[in-house]
Amino acid sequence: MSPFDVELDTSGLNCPLPVLKARKALSEMTAGQRLHLIVTDVGANQDIPAFSKMTGNPLIESNEQDGKLHFILEKGAA
Amino acid sequence: MAKKLAIIASKGTLDSAYPPFLLASTAIALGFEVKIFFTFYGLQLLNKELNLKVSPLGNPAMPMPVNIPSIIQIIPGIEWFATWMMKRKLKQKGVASLEQLRDICIETGVELIACQMTVDLFDFKNEDFIEGISRGGAATFLEFAGEADVTLYI
Repeated sequence: MSPFDVELDTSGLNCPLPVLKARKALSEMTAGQRLHLIVTDVGANQDIPAFSKMTGNPLIESNEQDGKLHFILEKGAA
Repeated sequence: MAKKLAIIASKGTLDSAYPPFLLASTAIALGFEVKIFFTFYGLQLLNKELNLKVSPLGNPAMPMPVNIPSIIQIIPGIEWFATWMMKRKLKQKGVASLEQLRDICIETGVELIACQMTVDLFDFKNEDFIEGISRGGAATFLEFAGEADVTLYI
């Protein structure tokens, strides 16, 4: 896993809460900082890349570990 | 220029209340500007106390633990039971409560518009509704919907 600045664990939460909580976390970060997002909702495999694309917060890394999805999102400049 | 989402919320059952608040809150997270126009039974979604129910009656697709014939479903307790079961399931599966989603909508700036005509029609009182909602009619909705990228009738 790449280094990150903030960790957000949404384990057990279902759509759309992981996206809503990711938005809130990113809004409190500065451009270039990285968010490690942990999700158990399998829909996140599609939703987080869509969120990343639409909000201009690049998805640096994504993988699955111990039945959980891990994403590294970088806070965009906008 | 932000994308725009326009929603008409016309239903007041527990299950039908989810899509408007769920899509609106997600759209804000994706950078949309969002307005929801509440009309007819959808106005119940603006009540301070959300007391929405779901009924298996006339809803043959609703999964039930045992098959209950329609003639039995008119018993009042069935609706209470179905609502209790649905709420329990939503909680178990980590789905946000309606109150939670509605609060997020309000905090993040979704504009909630009550249809003035239906407010008058049902004699609803201002004090029944949550704070911060606006009023409008068909033209108010269409002005926004005319420029919207996504328009939904729920």
